[in-house]
Amino acid sequence: MDLHFTDAEVTADEKAAVDGVSIPANANGTRRSYLLPILHALQNHIGWISPGALNYASRALDVPPAEAFGVADFYGLFSTRPQPPAVAHICDDIACKAKGAEKLCSELEKSHGPEGSSKDGETWRRSPCLGLCEHAPAALVHSAGKQHFEQSLASAKTESIRTALQGTAVPQPALAASVPQLGQPGLKLLRRIAQINPESLDDYRATGGFVALRRAFAIGPGAVVREVVESKLVGRGGAAFPCGQKWTSILTAARPRYLVCNADESEPGTFKDRVLMEGDPYAVIESMIIAAFATGCEQGYLYIRGEYPLARRRLEHAIRECRIRSFLGDNILGHGVRFDIELRVGAGAYICGEETAMLNSIEGHRGEPRNKPPFPTQVGLFGQPTIIQNVETLLNVPYIIMEGGKAFAAVGTERSTGTKLFCLSGHVAKPGVYEVPFGTTLRQLLNLAGGVGGSGKLQAVLIGGAAGAFLGSKDLDTPLTFEGTRAAGATLGSAVVMPFDDTVDLRQILLRIASFFRDESCGQCVPCRVGTVRQEEILHRLAAGKPLGSRPNELVLLKEVGQAMRDASICGLGQTASSAIESALARLPVFEDKR
Amino acid sequence: MSTQNAPDMKTPVPRGPLPILPPPRPRRMVEISIDGKAVSVPEGSTLLQAARSIGIDTPTLCFLENLTPVNVCRICVVEVEGSRMLVPACSRQAEPGMVVKTDSERVRLSRRLVLELLASSVDVSTAPQFQEYMKRYGAQPERFGDAARPAGNRDAAQPGHHHAPENGNAATVAQPVKIDNDLYVRDYGKCILCYKCVEACGVDAQNTFAIAVAGRGFTARISTEYDAPLTDSACVYCGNCIGVCPTGALMFKSEYVMRRAGTWDESKQTRADTICPYCGVGCTLTLQVQDEKIVKVTSPLDQQITNGHLCIKGRFGWEWVNKK
Repeated sequence: MDLHFTDAEVTADEKAAVDGVSIPANANGTRRSYLLPILHALQNHIGWISPGALNYASRALDVPPAEAFGVADFYGLFSTRPQPPAVAHICDDIACKAKGAEKLCSELEKSHGPEGSSKDGETWRRSPCLGLCEHAPAALVHSAGKQHFEQSLASAKTESIRTALQGTAVPQPALAASVPQLGQPGLKLLRRIAQINPESLDDYRATGGFVALRRAFAIGPGAVVREVVESKLVGRGGAAFPCGQKWTSILTAARPRYLVCNADESEPGTFKDRVLMEGDPYAVIESMIIAAFATGCEQGYLYIRGEYPLARRRLEHAIRECRIRSFLGDNILGHGVRFDIELRVGAGAYICGEETAMLNSIEGHRGEPRNKPPFPTQVGLFGQPTIIQNVETLLNVPYIIMEGGKAFAAVGTERSTGTKLFCLSGHVAKPGVYEVPFGTTLRQLLNLAGGVGGSGKLQAVLIGGAAGAFLGSKDLDTPLTFEGTRAAGATLGSAVVMPFDDTVDLRQILLRIASFFRDESCGQCVPCRVGTVRQEEILHRLAAGKPLGSRPNELVLLKEVGQAMRDASICGLGQTASSAIESALARLPVFEDKR
Repeated sequence: MSTQNAPDMKTPVPRGPLPILPPPRPRRMVEISIDGKAVSVPEGSTLLQAARSIGIDTPTLCFLENLTPVNVCRICVVEVEGSRMLVPACSRQAEPGMVVKTDSERVRLSRRLVLELLASSVDVSTAPQFQEYMKRYGAQPERFGDAARPAGNRDAAQPGHHHAPENGNAATVAQPVKIDNDLYVRDYGKCILCYKCVEACGVDAQNTFAIAVAGRGFTARISTEYDAPLTDSACVYCGNCIGVCPTGALMFKSEYVMRRAGTWDESKQTRADTICPYCGVGCTLTLQVQDEKIVKVTSPLDQQITNGHLCIKGRFGWEWVNKK
């Protein structure tokens, strides 16, 4: 490509950071997909992405600098302007808001000045959900430099944030604290969490690891797909698409085919995949190998959100070990099966959890969703047929292989089979990840988690995250299945269950949700780009008691914006950006005249 | 390649029958129904093409015949039976048996909202087609309240962050006009982010890649790298971005200056097609003339040689005519 560059020059340190990212010699058609890793290297080592560094990276990848800038400027964790090297991202999203995030923010404002201001090489910013909701409030601290430091802080306190900003690690709660059912019989997906050393391949094997893979090799790809079809497994990421149907549809597709594991868990209130990846990283790898073997994919990508440094390190380690021990590579365990995994790390963009936005992000483009059809199984990563599955979905596969699809389908309900992980946070006595068979009711699940926390009086429960819906105390007998929640006018979504007690100002929660969607819209299509802004403004007017015209007038406007977003947006973000808000207005007495 | 096979310059190419173009591959026809009428279109046709073939005028903003559909404006959405969401007519291909409604209540609501959302956030005063659509769909952008104060430097926005709405007023993309060269201005307060200029600057026409979309959400915007002035960017001033801009956000500087002076008067303008005299390609130019001066140059979209695109000389190289 005949590219033109500005005069901005790269420094030696920036050059070293870019050159430190190894690009395989045979990466011709996929070279641009190293843009995201290079931008990370610059952000981590230099602290921002400068014009000179971007020029150098663009030259190396043969990407027009204007496009590379458009990519760098898309992500919340990248900075295209100089900023202090140490940054604390403070989660002020719904779960953390209910647990003291505002207090943290005001303390930081006192010590460091307003959000984004620089003091002694440190700054702080508000952040959307960091996926540490069971230990809310949460923070993520980055300190750029040759010795790049990053740490998640759960149950963050002003002191621990200050310590981490200095580059000193702060001890964190053990993983066991995230799994209140620890040690109970009947756990499947959670059975290894906090029971084995997540870095030890031998521990994994000693607890049944890679047995399913050997069985898959023994029965062959066709039989694996058949079992998955019989299991009636559906996707756990939120869309609930039948897994077997997806796998079957790709079997006659062109090659190469790709497998992408969606670990960009970003739905506010969701942290189940983080717990799985931190506690059982080899299971993620084994599941991916089985899926790839069954569907004829030779290259896999694991896209994990940038806010999960510990999970990322564990997976990096697991992938390395698996390569050494021949579980990944050109000839897996001598069976002539070829499969390898590249890790891609997101950089603060909820939208990249949308499957086609994720493909664009991996390819080094802006994380803008693609129009469907064509679907990824037809035209996916690098234009090739691609299977995309959520972490939890994939982790069911080894069990399906071992138990058989029929046995798997016998658990749960007719249309929601197997067990399901739920993320309980907010006002609940024992927050954490819970594994229960599909069909468990909301009341049973809340009881399992020790009942409503806080004041003990339930005001509302958010199901499915910001893109989900609010249920009231009348809806507690809703069975937590895809069909059950749908019948209740809600959605299971990513299985967030977030109760709020009667002390919470739900208006603030709704405003935060509206603000979230405005921030996280990619900006591509009009209904979502502007609709999320107008939605937030209407809510602000209602909350301030200053409606335009009258309150019913505003509600009509809100409804029309919601319908246009739902009907005409390109992707699920816009289509669901109004659902929690509309459900709250329909079911709960928010914004109603007090008296 | 071996030299033995090279043609001998002395031997004339043997005369023979002229090669005949292979007949066009027969395209299967797809039968669909639009607004109750049966329509038959060649396989691969979009719903927009199908609707147009029976005289249904579907509004479009981000679609242009000479560019790849990006389906981002969503004004062309139609209802397809069996589809949960509305689908963009500009890019959705007709499939056998599709039942399409182009003027249902749902369709009209989404189209009206798209217009209201845009008109409440963008200056559409120089977008006549847009205003006609507003009339057609009864759009009332003022429903969203007074415009908020301009948000400051939009080019410095941090993705994923924004200030809470002030008094619930309607945020806009208002910002100063960018004037950094003598040929054209960029008034992004008028930009509806249709992506057309980016496409024309990229693989759909010019392959220059001077501009791209930067930022995210409501602060997404068209930008060079780091908002560098065009004079430092890859821009070659072909002006093809101006040619495809539907709102006048990108404008000849001559037009911009005349509009500011109040002398731009389309009722006094004539248009004349001619062939560009600069090189041998033979591009058709449409000269827009006011008071015996060339004030703007375009090329017809349906013109086979240009597809509406020109180069810097054809587009801008006419000052000498005006100065004669």
